[in-house]
Amino acid sequence: MTSLAQWFPTGWEPFLFGGIFIGLGVSLLFWLTGLIGGISTAYTAVWSLITRHPFFQHEKFVSTRNWRLMYGLGLILGAVVFTYTLGHGEGFVTKVPLWQLFVGGIIGGFGARMGGGCTSGHGICGVGSGQLPSILAVIIFLSTAIVTAHVVRSLGGF
Amino acid sequence: MQRVPPLAVMLSALVAGSLFGFGLALSTMVRPEAILQFLLLKNFGLLLVMGGAAGVTFIAYHLLPRLMKRPVFGVVFGKHPSHLDARTLIGAAIFGVGWGLSGVCPGPAIAGLGVGNWPLLLSIIGILLGAWLHGRFFGKH
Repeated sequence: MTSLAQWFPTGWEPFLFGGIFIGLGVSLLFWLTGLIGGISTAYTAVWSLITRHPFFQHEKFVSTRNWRLMYGLGLILGAVVFTYTLGHGEGFVTKVPLWQLFVGGIIGGFGARMGGGCTSGHGICGVGSGQLPSILAVIIFLSTAIVTAHVVRSLGGF
Repeated sequence: MQRVPPLAVMLSALVAGSLFGFGLALSTMVRPEAILQFLLLKNFGLLLVMGGAAGVTFIAYHLLPRLMKRPVFGVVFGKHPSHLDARTLIGAAIFGVGWGLSGVCPGPAIAGLGVGNWPLLLSIIGILLGAWLHGRFFGKH
């Protein structure tokens, strides 16, 4: 048991059960609509409402933005439900510096769109459909993220 | 081709997203601290989240198209479009750098608002800007 506590010092249950809920959400979307529930495309799709630039007016963004926005709204709703049920009404506010959240967002958003997916698109939907490019993408982004986190921490960042 | 009821698709997305968001909150992925603990190799819980989610999804993606001709409110079962090319691999590497700096991925940035994690609004704005930069200057269609 010592080794299990070493790997999962805060317990393994919330992680595994949380992951299963995530998978059930993606599966429910697939069962009901046949849609693939990655998240990062939603961010590009939002721009189809704002800019006339032809890239953002592509059919794959314009025709999917409505359900993607509802999916995103659901993400918030589900987290609210958690907060007031299992979460005992306690929220959480991160202490990661705002500049790291912002700059990390720009870099991560850019990369996710260029790479055609993020932790949900490649990590869950892509791996879940057994696609080799997605499996490679996951190995690559886990590696660069682990290196980056260590470098940032050693330079005095959060 | 049969007509797909738009309201049913919207409601499906809302309920599916809610399950997803509940899972992100339960698994503490809405806390950048939890993700950074994994990336610093101090807590391997994230692997269980990804494994659990991908495992359930794997079963659904493989089983449902065999059991049903079409989705309940849809025309066809979709497929995640991944391509083995430089964009996918370089994009993934860049995504990891941003993720490792902030501890925030695109899904948890949104779901985090539901637990009152308001600083993640800055992540959302950042991801939107990153998505715009990609589409405006590197978009291919």
